[in-house]
Amino acid sequence: MKKRLRRTALYIPGNNPAMIQNAGIFGSDSIVLDLEDAVSVNEKDSARFLVRNALNNINYGNTEVIVRINSLSTPYGREDLEVIGRAHPDGIRLPKAESRQDIEEVDGILTRIEKEEGFKKGSIKIMPIIESAKGLFNVFEIVKASNRVAVINFGAEDYTADIGAQRTKEGKELFDIRARILLAARVAGIDVQDSVFAYVHDIEGLIRETKFIKQLGFDGKSVIHPTQIKPVHQVFTPTEEEIKNARRIISAIKEAKIRKSGVVSLDGRMIDAPVVAKAQRVLKYAQATGLI
Amino acid sequence: MKGKIKIGQAGTLESSDVLVLVRFSPRQKGIDIELESPSKKCFGKIIIKKIEETLNLLGITDIYIKAQDRGALDCTISARVETAVKRALNYKEEEEK
Repeated sequence: MKKRLRRTALYIPGNNPAMIQNAGIFGSDSIVLDLEDAVSVNEKDSARFLVRNALNNINYGNTEVIVRINSLSTPYGREDLEVIGRAHPDGIRLPKAESRQDIEEVDGILTRIEKEEGFKKGSIKIMPIIESAKGLFNVFEIVKASNRVAVINFGAEDYTADIGAQRTKEGKELFDIRARILLAARVAGIDVQDSVFAYVHDIEGLIRETKFIKQLGFDGKSVIHPTQIKPVHQVFTPTEEEIKNARRIISAIKEAKIRKSGVVSLDGRMIDAPVVAKAQRVLKYAQATGLI
Repeated sequence: MKGKIKIGQAGTLESSDVLVLVRFSPRQKGIDIELESPSKKCFGKIIIKKIEETLNLLGITDIYIKAQDRGALDCTISARVETAVKRALNYKEEEEK
């Protein structure tokens, strides 16, 4: 059962106090305090303590607070987990996730920390990022490796570099990874988010890409600038017509239940479980955006 | 290691940050904090208290600290002090090898 919307996850550099303290005001569904690519090698320690203290002291309200740690293949990843886990973020984004073992190791460390700190077991989620051929090859076992896995993401730049694809603005080269991680997410019953759109000034392009990934079935997208939040939310906001239609579907199914009728039709179209599920999804987005 | 001076630095001079320089030396007795801040008149005591609290948590009793504040939140001050202290202590470990 999904409880929260994950239309946008805003990346915030983990060593920038001004940006960290304002991270919650832009209205993204999630923020991702980044210890990885946004932090230079000689500032890893500094960012780790800064982000930990921010988690312990700054109130981000209902925003989901995620920390992207460094990959376990670096000297920083495990120390990041050890320090950040104790400040109880909502989730840990794990870059370069490549195998079931990667997830199991993070799960084990978080389980120990939760026990030591008296946190609820399983309350810190794992959000793997698929960024390599190996990671994509193993994605089905990655999403099922732990109950903590709540969202799956991918990193377009690293992935295309790894498979030898040409990275373009249109992103045709991402069709395979998008299709596969979406399928894996649905098999596991978790959320799936798209990679970032790197051209900050091209809002048209962002909207085009967001419409496309919404059409595919994605739940949302990582963003790298506050100006990208609103356009993405707008794409995920249902139209008045869609809401009206969804409401009619839900009431038709309710009436049918009362009448104990097996088959329901609306405007000559059969209403079955998938149609209801889609209608519920529309209403969930409408509710979250304050439209109903 | 006797007689060695160990220094560590963390933070920046950007808005909402604080640049912290720490120095351990054998001659240092007690905690000596030099604070520079645009809001020193209003918040100087609070900032110094935060620095002292952080040092206390880290178990540090003898240290010189220079903090150049640019309007940092308490949690930022604390993080920068912790980083600078640990960098200085790590520096010592490397020296001993």
